[in-house]
Amino acid sequence: MSEGISQSDRPVTHDAEKGDLFSKFDPLIKQREDLLESGVEDPFNLVMERVLSPTQAICNGRETILLGTYNYMGMTFDPDVVAAGKQALSDYGSGTTGSRVLNGTYQGHKECEEALKAFYGMDHAMVFSTGYQANLGIISTIAGKGDYIVLDIDSHASIWDGCSLGNAEIVPFKHNDIDAMEKRLRRIPEEAGKLVVLEGVYSMLGDIAPLKEMIAVAKKYDAMVLVDEAHSMGFIGENGRGVAEAQGVIDDVDFVIGTFSKSVGTVGGFCVSNHPKFEIMRLVCRPYVFTASLPPSVVATAATSIRKLMHNADKRKHLWDNSQRLHAGLKERGFTLGTEEAQSAIVAVIMPDLEKGAAMWEALLKEGLYVNLARPPATPANMTLLRCSLCAEHSEEQVGTILDMFERAGKTVGII
Amino acid sequence: MDRADIDSRIRSLIEPFNKKGVEITENTSFAGDLEFDSLTVMDFVAAIEDEFDIIISMNQQAEIETYGQLIDAVHKLQNG
Repeated sequence: MSEGISQSDRPVTHDAEKGDLFSKFDPLIKQREDLLESGVEDPFNLVMERVLSPTQAICNGRETILLGTYNYMGMTFDPDVVAAGKQALSDYGSGTTGSRVLNGTYQGHKECEEALKAFYGMDHAMVFSTGYQANLGIISTIAGKGDYIVLDIDSHASIWDGCSLGNAEIVPFKHNDIDAMEKRLRRIPEEAGKLVVLEGVYSMLGDIAPLKEMIAVAKKYDAMVLVDEAHSMGFIGENGRGVAEAQGVIDDVDFVIGTFSKSVGTVGGFCVSNHPKFEIMRLVCRPYVFTASLPPSVVATAATSIRKLMHNADKRKHLWDNSQRLHAGLKERGFTLGTEEAQSAIVAVIMPDLEKGAAMWEALLKEGLYVNLARPPATPANMTLLRCSLCAEHSEEQVGTILDMFERAGKTVGII
Repeated sequence: MDRADIDSRIRSLIEPFNKKGVEITENTSFAGDLEFDSLTVMDFVAAIEDEFDIIISMNQQAEIETYGQLIDAVHKLQNG
């Protein structure tokens, strides 16, 4: 699942009534107006006027601690990363104005792919213009008519849209339910092509998948396995390769999908694989072919950041300490959390309902803290969540301040 | 299994999901009459899949709007 503002991750069909083509959005317009009328600052219209560091910004005129950016490793202001981007901007210009398969592959794109191959220890790497396009492109291309995609019901929007764009049969199973997954795989015709799509960390609740067991089941039924490790790169697993690495099964993953817009600290997406025929993807994957490639400055920052993320044990440890400290502190103060213990750098605080959730979000913003407000239908089981994502650059002192802010806001709103 | 058997088995499966006790006919729609949301649909489909040991893919689900269409689809999958 994603932080998809006010949409579910699975595509929704709106019922058309009379009026023009926009009439189908009337209920949503009304819901939004009602929420804003109650006096809440618009959670989906926040402007970062100045960004001071990976953990601080001026938002709506206030100095604010950022706790909802997915900037896990705090690479956005890393001096080497910024310098590499500036240099590439001067040397190669502001953009490529072309597809990767025409005039859009520069030296920097190849270097970025080399950095990914080194980071993951895999034979092939393909860089897309966004993480969304990486899932969209790979999933829709490899699973065709007559093939089956078996996926977790809480998958991110980019995975669902990859399914919608392709022609395969789509078979979802209950979140993280190994048994439900196996039943579905068992019922698929033996001769059909099968792709199992999983995520390492699910971003709504910050819980991780039992990849070891799930991948073993997938392999038993001869399915190929794609794992989206967007929310684990850089700090989960011995080399930061993600949950599959941490659980010792990365060699059984056929495709790892990732993004540059979280730990890497810029924008872009990728797929890495050891499949011997993987390079053909560059010619057949439409979201790769029919899009301009990333600007030279972006791939230069990404490549530099990825190489630095390979040697970051201290920062990783600090990020885990932060996550565990925040999780334990919120639990101690009486908040209901998405997981029993900290499983990732995402800590999801479950709100009693949307009204209280929006009030709490606003109270935190006034305290000077930014978190993500996630609400139905984007959330599992229609929960309203305040999602906190920690950064390796958050100091111990900041985490203490954050806990104090939560305590005051929670009491004001009447949640704790 | 004939259509009537499938009908009676699905009728008992649907009970816990039919919270408002809506009368079920061939033309009862899942979204309109029964007001199933996406989570309910998932659980209901899983119950049917387990009962008949079949898969109803989302592509197939998209074609099923009414109770009668569901019985037909399961009947076809059972005998396919």
